[in-house]
Amino acid sequence: MSAERLTESIKAANRQGRVALIPFITAGFPDLEKFWDILAELDEAGADVIEIGVPFSDPVADGPVVAAASQRAIANGATLAWLLRELAARKERCKAPLVLMGYYNPFLQYGLEKFAQQAGAARVGEVSGCIVPDLPLEESAAMRAALATENMALIPLVGLNTPEERMAAYARAASGYVYLVSVLGTTGERASFSPEISTALQMANRNFAVPLALGFGLARPEQLEGLPFRPQAVVFGSALLKQLEEGGRAADFMARWKQPSAGF
Amino acid sequence: MKKGYFGQFGGQYVPELLMPPLLELEEAMRSFMPGEEFKKELRVLLHSYAGRETPLTLCPALSARLGFNLWLKREDLLHTGAHKVNNTLGQALLAKYMGKTALVAETGAGQHGVATAAAAARLGLACTVFMGEEDVERQAPNVQRMRLLGARVCPVGSGSKTLKDAINEALRFWIAEQRTTHYCFGTAAGPHPFPTLVRDLQSVIGQETIRQSREIFGRLPDVVVACVGGGSNAIGMFYPFVLLNEDAGAGKTGGKVRLVGTEAGGTGEPGCYSSASLNLGAPGVLHGQHTMLLQDKDGQILPSHSVSAGLDYPGVGPEHAYFKQTGAVEYAVVVDSRALAAFAALCRSEGIIPALESAHALAWVLDNAASLPRGGQVVVNLSGRGDKDMDIIRKCLPELCG
Ligand SMILES: Cc1ncc(COP(=O)(O)O)c(C=O)c1O
Repeated sequence: MSAERLTESIKAANRQGRVALIPFITAGFPDLEKFWDILAELDEAGADVIEIGVPFSDPVADGPVVAAASQRAIANGATLAWLLRELAARKERCKAPLVLMGYYNPFLQYGLEKFAQQAGAARVGEVSGCIVPDLPLEESAAMRAALATENMALIPLVGLNTPEERMAAYARAASGYVYLVSVLGTTGERASFSPEISTALQMANRNFAVPLALGFGLARPEQLEGLPFRPQAVVFGSALLKQLEEGGRAADFMARWKQPSAGF
Repeated sequence: MKKGYFGQFGGQYVPELLMPPLLELEEAMRSFMPGEEFKKELRVLLHSYAGRETPLTLCPALSARLGFNLWLKREDLLHTGAHKVNNTLGQALLAKYMGKTALVAETGAGQHGVATAAAAARLGLACTVFMGEEDVERQAPNVQRMRLLGARVCPVGSGSKTLKDAINEALRFWIAEQRTTHYCFGTAAGPHPFPTLVRDLQSVIGQETIRQSREIFGRLPDVVVACVGGGSNAIGMFYPFVLLNEDAGAGKTGGKVRLVGTEAGGTGEPGCYSSASLNLGAPGVLHGQHTMLLQDKDGQILPSHSVSAGLDYPGVGPEHAYFKQTGAVEYAVVVDSRALAAFAALCRSEGIIPALESAHALAWVLDNAASLPRGGQVVVNLSGRGDKDMDIIRKCLPELCG
């Protein structure tokens, strides 16, 4: 139950000379049972942190792949209540700390304090934080306070258009890591980065004390070439979900990112 | 109250990537809208392009039957056929002042899409409109009108394929195109500052109604009724009255004006989908706002339903949620069949074909006539005309179509 574990896990990867790997998968996708197999496989394949998507009917920050996975998971019967129940009861054990990523309304309806307590009681792996994409700084106080009771991080998302004052304000409240959205857009694979990414990386780097994870649009390690410096961590979601959708294995996807070219 | 809140409702529940354009919009509202130049330009557009002011029309035949004077605020007579153009002209003009070159909008019935496309064409802006696939089908004439006006119409096949999903898609588009594009939001809902911006642009409806009532019958109306989808025509009608009622409450003027918003109840069968989030929903967060929502116990948003596409939304503007809580406005539920009956009554008694949305407001008056003051003055906001609804009317009221 500790935000520090996220920071530590990313730093440990960096000490081994590599970028920390943070896969994202949607809870209950492709079906309720296979989700747990994939989670275990990602952990086995050396994920440093695993982000679990909590499905929502109206995911405005997501592109078609994650949105479709979310819709399918809801149809499968995946809910936050189900996820928390299973996280407390199942026998799988993940080494990687877990982060739950989901839109605000399901957390709000569940009850923020009750959610934090039950996430804190997870036994499959340690739930060390949350990412709530529709909760900008101005609206985040209640969620942050609830998570703090269990020492969980509310991981901020910042982007190419985030002014330095806002980055600084997020930095003052940040724990765990900070998520830099690599595109002015929704989740989903992109062929290349906009040139603005360099400025945003440098701005985030000088404002945040916690490690920097780059995400949205990442599919291949070669995409990191040409950046002014390697981020401490990378997050990949759509590309992984798409590979799973097409019958590919999570471990193969992870292996691609373990190549030396993804070195830190 | 916290900025952008109406009591506990409102807020800015959006991805950080949308905060800079929302803050930019807020700043633009502050710096441009109070200026004489902006106000004059908008006044001219509303008058000479859109056709304001709109009349307050007495319904003699219905009034005789009902035992009170029934008046219609004729937003249906505006260019493009609904109140929506009050908002789109204001936002398009603001977008020009902000240096934007394009508009993006969501639309349900297509009325807001048409009004946005027209305003964009008039002011030389590019225009993209997202519309649920189901709505593209049931409001086909409006799709054609948008295209004629030069807009790119993008059908949305995700989720429930209606207004809620069109808003999701428009928000996603705006994230990517925010530097050149203004999101011309169609109703008094969504993240701050949209509920306030749209309310202020639509308040011309209520302001004119107050002035016209005083001119025509020498006092304020007893009752004012408007339909509530996202809530823009209703808030535009009610807000100036709420301010007067607050003064009346403080003992400054006469009695209070009774304000009634009507939500769409769908078919009314037990367990049916509806659009009555104020009466049947619970507080939650969707589309950037904390408001009343139709949702399940897990916080997933439910599909909504109404015979009128323009009311078919599982949420509602946050200020209405607040007005319900404070009692400033009453909110009733009107089912499809009653709205259709009111639609028929207005066609045959007064020679006016209302939008099915507006028929929900009229239906409340016809169905509650016995409880309304005899000899009194009752105003219904006729938010739009029914030309767009011909296909639905042919299906639902074949006997009327001959
Ligand atoms: C004629 C008409 N009335 C009412 C509405 C409902 O919207 P609002 O509640 O924002 O007025 C619409 C929406 O499309 C409409 O076209």
